[in-house]
Amino acid sequence: MVTITGINFKNPTMLASGIMGTTGASLLRIAECGAGGVVTKSIGPEPKAGHPNPSMIKLECGFLNAMGLPNPSYNEFDNEIKLARSGTDVPVIASIFGGNAEDFVKVAEGLADSEPAAFELNVSCPHAEGYGATIGTDTCMVESITAAVCDAVDVPVWVKLTPNVTDIKAIGKAAQDGGADAVVAINTLRGMAIDINSGYPILGNRFGGLSGSAVKPVAIKCVYDLYEALAIPVIGVGGVSTWEDAVEMMMAGASGVQIGSAVHESVDIFSDIASGIELFLQDKGYSAVEDIIGLSHKVI
Amino acid sequence: MKPVDAKIVEIVEESPSIRTFRFDVSFDDALPGQFVMVWVRGVDEVPMGSSYLNGITVQKVGDATSKLFDMKVGDSVGLRGPFGKGFTLPKKDEHILIIAGGVGAAPLGPLADYASECGAKVTTILGSRECYELVFEDRFSSAGELHITTDDGSAGTCGFVTTVLADMDVSVYDRICVCGPEIMMANVMKVLQEKDALDRSEFSMHRYFKCAIGVCGACCMDPQGLRVCKDGPVLNGSLLIDSELGDHKRNSSSQRVRV
Ligand SMILES: Cc1cc2nc3c(=O)[nH]c(=O)nc-3n(C[C@H](O)[C@H](O)[C@H](O)COP(=O)(O)OP(=O)(O)OC[C@H]3O[C@@H](n4cnc5c(N)ncnc54)[C@H](O)[C@@H]3O)c2cc1C
Ligand SMILES: Cc1cc2nc3c(=O)[nH]c(=O)nc-3n(C[C@H](O)[C@H](O)[C@H](O)COP(=O)(O)O)c2cc1C
Ligand code: FES
Repeated sequence: MVTITGINFKNPTMLASGIMGTTGASLLRIAECGAGGVVTKSIGPEPKAGHPNPSMIKLECGFLNAMGLPNPSYNEFDNEIKLARSGTDVPVIASIFGGNAEDFVKVAEGLADSEPAAFELNVSCPHAEGYGATIGTDTCMVESITAAVCDAVDVPVWVKLTPNVTDIKAIGKAAQDGGADAVVAINTLRGMAIDINSGYPILGNRFGGLSGSAVKPVAIKCVYDLYEALAIPVIGVGGVSTWEDAVEMMMAGASGVQIGSAVHESVDIFSDIASGIELFLQDKGYSAVEDIIGLSHKVI
Repeated sequence: MKPVDAKIVEIVEESPSIRTFRFDVSFDDALPGQFVMVWVRGVDEVPMGSSYLNGITVQKVGDATSKLFDMKVGDSVGLRGPFGKGFTLPKKDEHILIIAGGVGAAPLGPLADYASECGAKVTTILGSRECYELVFEDRFSSAGELHITTDDGSAGTCGFVTTVLADMDVSVYDRICVCGPEIMMANVMKVLQEKDALDRSEFSMHRYFKCAIGVCGACCMDPQGLRVCKDGPVLNGSLLIDSELGDHKRNSSSQRVRV
């Protein structure tokens, strides 16, 4: 078991936002597959269809996506959270986005009656005009949005950070100053692929975000830096597909590990990774997961 | 995988609104019931069942399919696939029943070919609104016995595929493979449930696809969260009991809409 921001998780793995998280039924399915927690798709103030297809492609090194934050809006989504919550004890975390602090507060308040365990603020989507990373690269915006949501809700608030900045520590500090209970790092890295037969950018949005194995070293470094710079917990995400990856992320400083793209291989990945971590701890004689969180800062 | 460049080498008019496009690229490992993502550059990328190893059979309904209908031999699209889970492959001496409605015949054509080649017996119920909308009539009749139904009675039995199915003894079939409009599939499912044959049935489902590779969750069905793009599109009938089939689905914003 691991406790992050006062919430108990039966293991440190969680479903990352935007992966099988648009219906209560699919969140429930992932919870049943052994995830310690599940994060919903990012939900906004209005229904949004997202970008035209192709919206995701698999590359040799990882995945590129430009979904464009498709979501049914908080109005319709609170039922999905209720449905997921009614079927499982696994904590359900609501990811939300908006164009400004008022939007974020509106969505958070709109979802509050479905009683998510925490809110995760997506200030980091690299490819949705006016949302996400356009906010998440601005320390003032991050601090004021975080403060506004913290004021409006009475559950923990996590802030999800973009790696597409010069100094992720400064953005992390802004979130912490705004009252965030934890930060989550990283969202996808801006990227693009071109069809050489025609010259067309492949993604419908032309560019998008890179995820999967390719981004793991970037995520490890971001988590490592944030762990050092902040007093609040860091939740690691980016390129985790094995228990070894998860352990590495935790040694860099992650209290919990989210898994996204690797669901492509198998939905059973959560229980596989959770039991892999457990066996590793036993083998190495650690008494609890806490022993390895941030270990790489302590050994040197 | 990135989309592969596929040049159109042949266009066959199956009906006024349905055309088969054959490409210079063949997905030789595609199994009956799997699908490809068809990228009409600058417009959209949409799922289409593989109706041949190197072909798709398309009904014109909106932007991407209309643009496809404007294309000529020599024009090209981008293809990714084959994706998803297809029909259970028939074995020698098995007897399968195919139930196809409208363009739902597309993924069932290759199943009929495969079955007859491997020595399985094939019976098909092929339905459409009018006689000139029947797809792959010759293909199904050369694979085995063929029952035709049309809503207006312009060919075969006047009525729906379920009109013929209701009078059939389905206990003789090892498997019943279904694809067509959602309401048709929901009605077929009811009949098969009454005949206690649901666990021997397989339905090729349609939902809004975005990623098409089992990650984004856009195509998940209630109440089990099955991904039509990865756990399907072909799903065993027993998985669909009390599901959203025939009731609701999600649109491109993941809003629940009635079917
Ligand atoms: C697994 C699967 C196999 C299919 N096989 C065939 C086939 O063999 N032949 C055939 O003619 N049609 C098939 N379809 C349906 C086909 O994908 C749609 O008709 C096509 O996407 C319409 O695109 P459009 O741009 O012309 O229409 P639009 O104007 O974009 O929309 C019209 C309707 O098409 C459907 N649609 C649009 N985009 C998508 C999408 N990304 N995913 C799913 N549905 C969409 C929606 O129901 C929408 O309401 C299949 C669908 C699925 C899910
Ligand atoms: C298809 C897809 C959709 C995503 N949607 C969201 C989203 O809505 N909100 C969000 O905060 N992150 C979203 N992400 C980012 C992931 O949550 C995660 O941060 C990123 O993919 C890195 O992790 P991974 O390598 O395990 O996939 C999405 C990622 C993918 C691949
Ligand atoms: S379309 Fe993304 S999971 Fe099926």
